[in-house]
Formats: sequence, structure tokens, C-alpha cells
Amino acid sequence: MWRLGTSAADSFDRGMDDMNLLVVLKQVPDTDAQIRIKDGKLDTSGVKFVVNPYDEFAIEEALRIKEKRGEVKITLLTLGPKRAVEALKSGLALGADEAFHLVHETIDGSDPYLSAFVLAKAIQKLEADIILCGKQGIDYYCEQTGIILAELLNLPHVAVVTKLEISDDGKQVTAHREIDGGIEVVESPVPLVVTAQKGLNEPRYASLKGIMAVRTKKIEEWSLQSLGLTPDEISGQARVNYESVTTPPSKPPAKIIQGEARDAARELVKILIEEAKVI
Amino acid sequence: MPGKILVVGEMKGDSLKKVTLELVSAANLIARDGGLEVDAVLVGDGSRKLASELAAYPVKTVYVAESESLKNYSSEGYSSVVSNLMKEISPYGVLFGQTPFGSDLASSISGKLGVGFVSDCTGLSNEGGKLVVTRPVFGGKASARVSFRNSSLCLMGIRPNVFAVAEKANGAKAAVKEISGETGQIRAKVREVLKEVGERIELTEVKIIVSGGRGMKGPENFPLLEGLAAALGGAVGASRAAVDAGWIDHSHQVGQTGKVVSPTLYIACGISGAVQHLVGMSSSKCIVAVNKDPDAPIFKFADYGIVGDLFEVLPVLKEELSKLIH
Repeated sequence: MWRLGTSAADSFDRGMDDMNLLVVLKQVPDTDAQIRIKDGKLDTSGVKFVVNPYDEFAIEEALRIKEKRGEVKITLLTLGPKRAVEALKSGLALGADEAFHLVHETIDGSDPYLSAFVLAKAIQKLEADIILCGKQGIDYYCEQTGIILAELLNLPHVAVVTKLEISDDGKQVTAHREIDGGIEVVESPVPLVVTAQKGLNEPRYASLKGIMAVRTKKIEEWSLQSLGLTPDEISGQARVNYESVTTPPSKPPAKIIQGEARDAARELVKILIEEAKVI
Repeated sequence: MPGKILVVGEMKGDSLKKVTLELVSAANLIARDGGLEVDAVLVGDGSRKLASELAAYPVKTVYVAESESLKNYSSEGYSSVVSNLMKEISPYGVLFGQTPFGSDLASSISGKLGVGFVSDCTGLSNEGGKLVVTRPVFGGKASARVSFRNSSLCLMGIRPNVFAVAEKANGAKAAVKEISGETGQIRAKVREVLKEVGERIELTEVKIIVSGGRGMKGPENFPLLEGLAAALGGAVGASRAAVDAGWIDHSHQVGQTGKVVSPTLYIACGISGAVQHLVGMSSSKCIVAVNKDPDAPIFKFADYGIVGDLFEVLPVLKEELSKLIH
């Protein structure tokens, strides 16, 4: 078993049937949710929150690794307000073993460095061979947290992964990642951070049995103080400042081009050239 | 505001990527007001050769690192090289393209140097020495104004297609300086790059996208979109419905779990306009929708619409456009 922060020699006896997977997940507003802004910030009242869709690929991959290898422990970690416990319960219902909740009411992922800093503090107290994250949150679309986390933990990472294979001895991964015009095949030693892209797998739904089993599983709450962080230290790690968030003025509906298909198509070409000037 | 703005350039094969020239113009935009110097860096295979090409654009110095260990991209190797350069020249702001390369590299450097990185910027301004960026949030349903807490070093990822491509500088040629390609230890190594069959045009950078959804009815009809896209010099996109049905590869998907694109022209064919799709394309400059259903939500977001059968409309569109071009 590899405890982060210990040396490689300590994990010498690690068997192939003994692997720890840590899935970092986040609760985000459902994309169908109407976005209302109040005082330059997202008004969360009445908003439905869901598990970040990219994080679902991360959880699913962990479950598949466990199914394939047997003795694998899946730990979930989230940073978020009280309500984020629901995201952990969703993951436990799918088959994760235990969950840790870093409770903080205002750190929302808009400052990925700050999130990664706090998550790294927590991860140092946990055991992980592979840390799986979604490639990005669908709220702020930063696409940074997993990678910064890897740097802060001094681990390699492979981001935007669409295929993940682990060697039999559990010491190395081979991953496919999407790049412009192709796929990169990357090899990395374990431990590492992987960020999941759509295409990695097809997430499953929780079974009734899985949902019932949540009650028996551990969900531990951690405060940031319990990680030894003071409010000053936390604000000292903030890197960006969201001065304001605004919603754009609503757009008038499309100008419908009338007529038979043929005539409408001809008219459209004319409009695109003369009026819209985009061709 | 002191110092320099550094552009981290990107190459594709033996040419500079268009986004690199967009970064140069964005950098000049914020440098102009503060009297800052714009520098650029190219890392990797072929960078020496392309540095002289980049030197013809409005930059002061082009730094270049080419070595055996930088032959393939690696976060660890490339971020070491660029971080070392940043430590040496202390730029005030560093611009990356919001691309698979730029996004990965900038995040690594953010973690390595402990500096802030704002990704997917669609607007930049220099407000009396304070860099302020705007970026879409919540899937484009809102826009945020973001500044940096510690304003001595800021990393910004710039969305492609938003800034104009830089013009060549008048006669002046930038200095080209070789920097160390020392990478340190690389643990995650690229073993090989699997090229896609044919030269796929990168959706996030193309000016015109012709996208198809459930209304395309099957994979056999996608050549219709390809024909139109080819006539326009664009690329083919797709909605999640079309991708999930297996009609086209996921790399073409536009939307929440696909790509976020901002082309000049987006033609949505047989796409109803689910929120998850709109997230990916709502910042397109001009949106055209072709759909049989007059109540399809896409018509609320499009600029122009044709209510009709796409199988009748698309061939005529292609024919008319081909006539214009030839």
C-alpha cells in the first residue's frame, strides 16, 4: 500500500491485490438549472446540484478497476459545502467503499489553485495509488485542478484520459489521452493523477442494493482546521479574484427565412455573405 | 505594471498554429497600454526552424528550446523548461492557447510555481496596470470578470478564434535566443502518438462548423455535412445524440461533455438545441439552425433559421456555396 509522502521503499511489499484508488469529485449545478446571479455571484437557492459528469467517468473507472483486480479500495473525496455530501452518497451507492468530505462553504472551484491546495492537504492523510478526477468541472470549466493537484503532491499526471490500463503488478499505467489531431499513448509509474475524459467508459446507475448499502459506509467530515489550515492560510492560497459574474442580455429569437427549402437555402447564403458577413 | 508579456507558442508539424498568432495579437493588446515588451517561446521539435518565422511578428525576443528530451510533449518536461524561462525573465503575464497543449502546460506551471492561471479567457484588458480577463462560466450562461490576487505573475489561457491573427511586424525582426532544454526527470512519458486517419481539423480552432444531430437519422447521412463543411472550408461537429448513437466519433462532439467551440459560423442541422449542446456553441459569432420542428429550442439561440427538411436544404446550400467559391 502506498501512502503518499512515504518513500517508494516502504511500499516494497505491496502485492498486486492491494490497491487504493482515490476519486476526487465535485458537486456542480445541473446544466439544466436556470442560472441566477445575485450580488455578482451565483444564486444557489433552488438550484439542483449533481455529481460533475466528468467525475462520473472517474468513479466508473475506479469501479471497473476494482471489478477487474479484486482487492481494491475506492475512497471518495470532495471539497464543498454541507450539501455536497449527496455527491459522496451517490458515489458510495455505485460501489465506492468510503468517503471523506472536506467541508467548506465558499471554496467553489472557481480558483483551481486554492481547491487543489486544500485537496492536496487532505490527500496527504489518505492512501492512494491512483488519484482519479474528472478533467474539468462543468460549472467553471477551468480544467486545472487535477493537474495542479499532481504538481502539489509531486506526482506525475495524465490528463484528458480516454483509456486506462494498469500493469498486473500495479506499478505502471498506460493511458490514452486526447490531443489535437490524435491520441497520445502515455506511460507513467504509479502513484499518479489521472483526469477522466468522456469516452473513458460508460457510467452505470446505482442499484437499489447499492443505495441501501450507503447507510453502512463511512462518510467522514473534515474541517479545514483539522488539516491544520487557518483562515489566513486559506485566503493566502487564493490566486484569482472573481470580481463579478453577470448574465448576458437575452438574445432575440432566430430570424426565420421563409419559403421552400431551395429558395430558403439560396436566401440564407445571400444573408450570410451580405448581412452577417461570415462567409 | 512592469516587464514583459510572454506568449507560449504552439506548433503543428512544420508550421506555427494559428492560435500562436492570435496569442501574439492578444499580448500586444495588453502590452500596448503599459508599454510592455512581448516575448514568445517555442518548445519542442522544429522550434528552431519556426522561431525565425515567429520573429517576423510583433514580438521582441523569441526563446527556443529544442532537444531530444523535448521531442514529444510531456507536462513535466515542457513545464520545467517554460518555468525556468519564467524565473529568468520574470514576465508579468503569460499567455497560452486554450488547447489540449496549452491547458495541460499552464496548469502544470501553475502548480509548480504556485501562480494563478485563468483558463478559457475570451476578453483581456489592462486596466491601469491591472490585468482583467473575462470568461464564460456555467456553460456560457454567465460571464465572469476575473483579476489576479498576486499581480506579479499571471497565467492566462486564451480561447482560440477570439482574437485576430497578428499581422507581421513592419520590417523589424525579433531576436531569437536559444534556452536550456533541460527537463529534469520525466515520469509520465509519451510512448507513441496515434494519428487519426486523415488530417482531422481541430474543431476548437476552425472558423466554420457544420454540425449534425438526431435529425441526421443515421451515419450514412453525415457525408452531407462533410460536403457542406468542405465547401465552406470548415469542419463537422455533432450533438451528443449523434455521438451516442455511434454515427460519428466523440472527437466531433460539441457541448457539455464535448468541445466548447467559438467559430465565426455554426450551422446546426437537425439539432434540437438541448442546454448541454448550447453550452458548447453559444459563443459562436453567427448561429444558423436548420430543423423541421419550428418549436425546436435551437431557434431561440440561433441568429438565422430555416424551418425545413435538412435533406432538401443542405444539398442546395452546398451547391450555392460551391458556385461562389469556384
